[in-house]
Amino acid sequence: MPDLLSLEPTRRIMQTTPIAPVHLASIALEKSYRKGDLQIPVLRGVEIKIRRGEFLSIVGQSGSGKSTLLHVMGLLDSPSVGEVLLDGDRIDDLPQKTRDELRNRVFGFVFQFYHLLPELTVLENVLAPLMIRHSMLSYWKRRREFRLAAEEILEKVGLTHRLKHKPNELSGGEMQRAAIARALVAKPEILLADEPTGNLDAGTGHEILGLLRHLNEQEGLTIVMVTHDESLARSAHRLVRLTEGRLELLSDAA
Amino acid sequence: MYKLLLCVRYLRTRFIALASIISVMLGVATMIVVNSVMSGFGTEMRSRIHGILSDVVVETNSLDGVHDADRWMKIIRGAGGDEIESMAAMVEIYGMMTYDYRGQPVMKTVQLIGIDPLTKSAVSPDAGSFQSSLDSYQQIKEYGKVVREPLRSADEPVGWELTADAAESRRHRIELEQRYIEQRQWEEKRSQPESGTPDHTDLFEPINAKTAKETDKVSPPDFSHGEEPAVAVDPAAPQRAQLYVGAGLVEFVYTDEETGKTKVMRIKRPGDDVMISTVSAGRPEPVRFHATVVDIFKSGMSEYDGNLVFCNLEELQRIRGMIDPQTKDGAVTSIQIKLKNYDRAAAVVKNLQANLPPGLFSVRTWEQKQGPLLAAVEIEKAILNVLLFLIITVAGFGILAIFYMIVVEKTRDIGILKALGATSRGVMTIFLSYGLALGIVGSGVGVAIGLLFVTYIDNIEKGLSKLTGRKIFDETIYYFPKIPTDVNASMVIWVALSAVLIAVLASVLPARRAARLHPVEALRYE
Repeated sequence: MPDLLSLEPTRRIMQTTPIAPVHLASIALEKSYRKGDLQIPVLRGVEIKIRRGEFLSIVGQSGSGKSTLLHVMGLLDSPSVGEVLLDGDRIDDLPQKTRDELRNRVFGFVFQFYHLLPELTVLENVLAPLMIRHSMLSYWKRRREFRLAAEEILEKVGLTHRLKHKPNELSGGEMQRAAIARALVAKPEILLADEPTGNLDAGTGHEILGLLRHLNEQEGLTIVMVTHDESLARSAHRLVRLTEGRLELLSDAA
Repeated sequence: MYKLLLCVRYLRTRFIALASIISVMLGVATMIVVNSVMSGFGTEMRSRIHGILSDVVVETNSLDGVHDADRWMKIIRGAGGDEIESMAAMVEIYGMMTYDYRGQPVMKTVQLIGIDPLTKSAVSPDAGSFQSSLDSYQQIKEYGKVVREPLRSADEPVGWELTADAAESRRHRIELEQRYIEQRQWEEKRSQPESGTPDHTDLFEPINAKTAKETDKVSPPDFSHGEEPAVAVDPAAPQRAQLYVGAGLVEFVYTDEETGKTKVMRIKRPGDDVMISTVSAGRPEPVRFHATVVDIFKSGMSEYDGNLVFCNLEELQRIRGMIDPQTKDGAVTSIQIKLKNYDRAAAVVKNLQANLPPGLFSVRTWEQKQGPLLAAVEIEKAILNVLLFLIITVAGFGILAIFYMIVVEKTRDIGILKALGATSRGVMTIFLSYGLALGIVGSGVGVAIGLLFVTYIDNIEKGLSKLTGRKIFDETIYYFPKIPTDVNASMVIWVALSAVLIAVLASVLPARRAARLHPVEALRYE
């Protein structure tokens, strides 16, 4: 998949164009879980197209399947029926190894509970995606370059003073900023944020949201954010609601 | 890279993993210590057996032996060629040793070996090992303190001379006995001048009383005394038959009730007399004779020390009627051969077998002669190794359980890693290398502890003895001045490697579980 993995340096131009090409899309996405003998449908035919450089918010009540949608589109989970397309190419049926690589290179994840590795320092946590991408030898050779990149990103999210701290020594907002830094260090094309402000107080939540918007505007990052807070979601370009596994458009700022 | 980093971090932060390291460590250390001590004892035992038997033994199949030993030795030398260093002809026969102890007759079955001490000493595998197994050449220690210096210097050749001390105590004892007998006779005469009532003490009369009447009464078939010239002899002179007696035949170990220490009680000392019964050659007739104990023989192998009695060869040949009346040549039953290089023993044995008449002799190396015993020791060691290895396997299951726990505990981390793009193989590698690291650390520390234990085993034994108040390793029982150990490098490497392998194998199952975790479910895991 060389054409998928090569990063286009044309993001900024795309973002400013009124109708950018479709970046990530799902076609008739269905997902159901088995609980004993029961099939519990979570997604019932979700069709969504996310354009390059778009900031999309998905709202919905808990249990509406919004996290599942995010996981399926980010290749963390596979759909029962339907397809996931990246730049028009189907990606959900790729071999496991390629999907692992896509997760590492194309997608960046931000979670509600930050999901930092407790044994590693902030800096090491941020470096983790690069460590995963490169073999031990090539990582060792380029470790200085990677370290600089990580420090630069941590500076961008305002965590320069916390490099050597363990996650349990940070506040919630700091942890989420570290998690965002980790998602960004691998230079992804798409940031998938699952309730990134769900565990933070309102002030910190707005701060994080501001950071995401900034990234979207300045770096041209495609962002899909899942939240249950509509007021926060409204700051996105487009807002969709997921109810009982189906999507409805709420607003389109773009 | 993240694999190594996480593996090291998990190793440093999961103290529960230390428990599994400790169990691997203890298993490895135990295996090394037990193996080293066992092979130490084994090596010691082999060298002791070897010391008695020399390299190759040629034995006649009949107890009558063969005449003209010199001719046979010439044939052996011709067949063995340059390999043969020296030879010793001997007579081996079963017999019984009798002496009295506190008025009770003590009888022991023995293996009687007629030797020439100098040639016997020459065929012992290490120079002087036969000589140093004799009591008078040994320093005697009790609880680490020297209680007696050697009575003879090491350069005095082995012979049948009594030491000055032994000769003196013999003279003294015989004088006492003589006086006692005279007194009894006098009392007998005075109190019961005409009574023929047998006196019970006569049963245990001192066997050295060398009056003509006494000797005839004790040993009628002993024709040795018939040949003696009828001149008056020194009553304290040793008997014509002289012995090195195995320590186990005349000693016993007891615990001193006052001090609680183990001590050795010696019933017969050099200079004392014992009676030996055996059979004559040809038509087996019982023969018995008095013999003087010249030395006590102590090889450290209880099999030998409780069985062997060495006698002067010519006297044994004479008593058993093995001397040809015409040629004056004595028959021998075995010839021990010392080789220049024991590695070529098999070839020498083959040559000898081909050159000696097959029905008459059997030719074996010392190892073949002691085959069953050596094989038993080997099997014992092998079984013990299997059992000890099971300990390490148990440690392996400990690792498995603890790893499973750690994988469950780290479920969310595994989900995170997968979300960041880690492959299942990568996650598996974390836990496999975690197991490998545990195995390496555990067996490394185990090897260190085991080797330290083996090195300082005597100090440890001393400490434990002090702590428990009981002597754990009693040198008077084993005849070892210290615990013999023999560290085998290949054994240590094998033990260490297999411990590492077990640790890795034990981590396979948890690692597979970790690898198969579904990322979404793992992330949701609380």
